[in-house]
Amino acid sequence: MPFTPALLFVDGLSYGMILFLISSGLTVTLGIMRLLNMAHLGFAMLGGYAALAIMRTFRVELFVALPFAVLAVIILGIALERSIFQWVYRTNPLGQILMTIGLMFVMVASANLMFGSVYYTLPIPESLKGVWHIGGYSISVYRVFVGLVSAVVALLMWCALEFTNFGAKLRAAVENPQMARCVGINVKLLFSQAFAAGCGLAAFGGILGTQMLPLQPFYPTQYIVLALIVVAVGGFGSLAGSLVAAVTYGVFDTFCRYYFPEYGSFAIYILLAAVLIIRPNGLFGGS
Amino acid sequence: MNIITRTGFQRQQIGLSETLVIFMGVVLFFLPGDYRHLGIQIVAMIIFALSLDLAMGYGGIESLGHAVFFGIGGYAAALFALRVSSDPLLGLASAAGSAALAAAIFGPLVLRAKGVTQVILTIAVAAVVLQFATTARWLTGGDDGLAGYSVGPIFGLFPFDFTGRVGFIYAGTIAILTFLLCRQIVNSSFGLTIRGIRENDLRMRLLGVAVFLRRLTLFVISGAIAGVAGGILAQTVGVAATDSLSFSVSGNVLVMLVIGGMGRLTGAIVGALVFMVLSDRAAAIDPFNWLFVLGVFLILIVRFMPDGVALMLDRIELRVWGRKQPR
Repeated sequence: MPFTPALLFVDGLSYGMILFLISSGLTVTLGIMRLLNMAHLGFAMLGGYAALAIMRTFRVELFVALPFAVLAVIILGIALERSIFQWVYRTNPLGQILMTIGLMFVMVASANLMFGSVYYTLPIPESLKGVWHIGGYSISVYRVFVGLVSAVVALLMWCALEFTNFGAKLRAAVENPQMARCVGINVKLLFSQAFAAGCGLAAFGGILGTQMLPLQPFYPTQYIVLALIVVAVGGFGSLAGSLVAAVTYGVFDTFCRYYFPEYGSFAIYILLAAVLIIRPNGLFGGS
Repeated sequence: MNIITRTGFQRQQIGLSETLVIFMGVVLFFLPGDYRHLGIQIVAMIIFALSLDLAMGYGGIESLGHAVFFGIGGYAAALFALRVSSDPLLGLASAAGSAALAAAIFGPLVLRAKGVTQVILTIAVAAVVLQFATTARWLTGGDDGLAGYSVGPIFGLFPFDFTGRVGFIYAGTIAILTFLLCRQIVNSSFGLTIRGIRENDLRMRLLGVAVFLRRLTLFVISGAIAGVAGGILAQTVGVAATDSLSFSVSGNVLVMLVIGGMGRLTGAIVGALVFMVLSDRAAAIDPFNWLFVLGVFLILIVRFMPDGVALMLDRIELRVWGRKQPR
């Protein structure tokens, strides 16, 4: 089976990239504010549902709905950040976890109230629906597409972090928030902006990834563990680390499930636990 | 937070919180219908919340993966009943032992980290164990769980019956014993050291306390108690399933503790009681709206009542009887 590994690799890669997009906002909030936002995946889910609602009401294609859905989630993110999260910032770390868990519950219940407990995958455009046949093996066009788009987004994120003024400030704030404040960076504003961007990215990932992570009310509770592990393995605040962790997870998990269906989904956790034992601060985290 | 004093020793009397709990216990026992079975679940959750309170409220070990020990205890009790003997107390001992062993294994990993890292590590550990339980069908029955085992009479005298009367007394007795044990631990010099470590571990280290060993001991004790809670539930319900290891169980017990008030044993009891009764009533009406209410409730509690319901009861007690404020 000469082609199978390559095909599995593509599948795993796109899965990993979606995971990265969904958890990137989490990495940044953890890095700057040491805030563990358990409700973060709620934004990914709400993005998916928003896209679903837009597609249904206006009878438009996925990619017409996508920007509006992402925008809607960003606006919601800003609204929440300006309101409830002001309370969240003021409590102790445990209180922050509990409050955001509370917010997550509210999101779960609202999603169920509006869309029911059915599983949804967003219908993809005809042009991306097919499969490519390579020597007897089929490869989903959509998966390749998702992988490419996410890679482009990741590249844009990297450029934004590396070459813009905003990125430089953000890096400074992740490195040392107090020092950043001292040199005149408005860390609070910066954080709000990063939070909104993180919500948008999560929504983007949530919308594109419904083929792999289908929409359902318990989406946030189900995948938050995965996202947290990705963030922890990558190292708090390190986007590069999260990217490596997420892609490794996606690829490794896909391979294991294919070759050892019995213990496949378990093996990856052992690997991740091993990483955390050897490097408690993650792959790219400082010691 | 708590000021560490020896006044803990003077709090052996029964206050408003304790009275309320005992009253609820009696009411639950005599209520008709399924309430006794709900009562058993509440009691198991009280024990579970006590174990988390020891680790988190007193020890400052932040855990969002405590379901590991609860679930392992359940599986151990079920496996013991299936393969070794149907004696309930031996089964409970095996549950405590297995969970303690698990805590001793995971402890060094979890205790190395602090704060948010620690929380995530506990979540990760719980995810690993849950994944293992789902895949290791030969041991755990996979997604189907373990069932079809029978638990023999207590001391060979009192058989469990379908009315849940014996089960409730059994669980209740163990809960009271656990509470007394916890109170003893908390007020012992070991407990004081633990609280000292929570407040300032560097200082305790400089005082010559073997900080890591103490915290590990506490973690193992907490694990064992959580195992007992899981064991009781598995014995009385007759099923051990992967649900018991899930993230939502860890989350729920934390929510109970926060509702009741962390760092006080009565808080664990009151919190578990309030949470279980509310969720039972709400789930009967509408489980999803309950989640909505719970979410809002949680946000408001952290914002406006960070010390929980138990402290509020203490304040009422103070106002009504003018008793000196403990702590």
